[in-house]
Amino acid sequence: MDMQTSLLDRLFDSGLLIDTGVEGLYGRSGAFEDVIARFERLIDAYGGRDGAEAMRFPPGMNRAHFETSGYMKSFPQLAGTVHSFCGGDADHMNLLQCMEVNGDWTKDQKATDIVLTPAACYPLYPTIAKRGRLPAKGGLYDLQSYCFRHEPSNDPARQQLFRMREYVCMGTQEHVTEFRQTWMDRGLEMMAKVGLDVTMDVANDPFFGRAGRMMANNQRDQNLKFELLIPVTSAAKPTACMSFNYHQDAFGAKWGLNLENGDVAHTACVGFGLERIALALFARHGMDIATWPADVRKVLGYQD
Amino acid sequence: MKQKIRDILAKHGGLPVPVDTLADDADLYAAGLSSFASVQVMLGIEEAFDVEFPDNLLNRKSFQSIAAITRAVEGLTGSAEAAE
Repeated sequence: MDMQTSLLDRLFDSGLLIDTGVEGLYGRSGAFEDVIARFERLIDAYGGRDGAEAMRFPPGMNRAHFETSGYMKSFPQLAGTVHSFCGGDADHMNLLQCMEVNGDWTKDQKATDIVLTPAACYPLYPTIAKRGRLPAKGGLYDLQSYCFRHEPSNDPARQQLFRMREYVCMGTQEHVTEFRQTWMDRGLEMMAKVGLDVTMDVANDPFFGRAGRMMANNQRDQNLKFELLIPVTSAAKPTACMSFNYHQDAFGAKWGLNLENGDVAHTACVGFGLERIALALFARHGMDIATWPADVRKVLGYQD
Repeated sequence: MKQKIRDILAKHGGLPVPVDTLADDADLYAAGLSSFASVQVMLGIEEAFDVEFPDNLLNRKSFQSIAAITRAVEGLTGSAEAAE
């Protein structure tokens, strides 16, 4: 049995994750959720004083905005669209007959105006663009959402529906790259406080196909993405639990995000993979939170 | 070959300036070639010259200038149309 399956089995056995029969789609126990809530409070303790505007969107986004984002150019393999039955009585009869014989009843479903959110910050950009020019001090936003990525796996750290907490910064190049560096420093400090071994490395997004290879190489060459890696299922191949992304002016130009002086805004974001961080904590300190090291429990606010 | 590359750039590069105004060694990124457009140019060149860029050439440097693209294509086709 490989190590990934064994961690997943231990998570199931301890009740922390709940099997649904689909790889990467799990229920969470109260204790698991509590770890995530407490880690989010630790994030707040670091980022709360920066004065970010908090927004929470549901895990579905406007399909038109999704199309504008260009996600299908880069990650068609990961996207999830929401389709529904839109027919009449006769279509309904056909649908039921099709299901009765285990046919492909989904093929006549029609696309709705909703696409599953691929990253917590995606609904933000059109929202901010609609407001007009950014204030003189730039923009800082706090987001959290369940996100969907179609990548079934028995690695518990690669889930299809998971939560991402993000801070997004909009402003000048200097402003947003400084924001990114601040959070890289904070990320290292936070993870050390909760007893996790981390490494920081330059990274790339999983762009699709051969064109994607070039996008990935370009991203790496320009140091646009860094990841904070923590062992979860493997010490040799640690898991990205935070990412630090500088988009240059790509999102600013795409969405029409402008600074007070009219210049196109640069943007950057920092993302926390909340389930991955919780899994890293369980993998490192054990399935029973009561036995976690006292200093780690203290940082997370558990009473001893 | 260079003219063919210029035609592909004009078609796929999405440049804000006419390709004719760019020297062979002009920095295409400085001229406005986006990351995504550079990929489109790469695919356009592969089709036009019937070549496939290996991994080590799939990077910004290979598409930095018309001269750089020419060098890459010459390397891939084994032709050196230096006189062109």
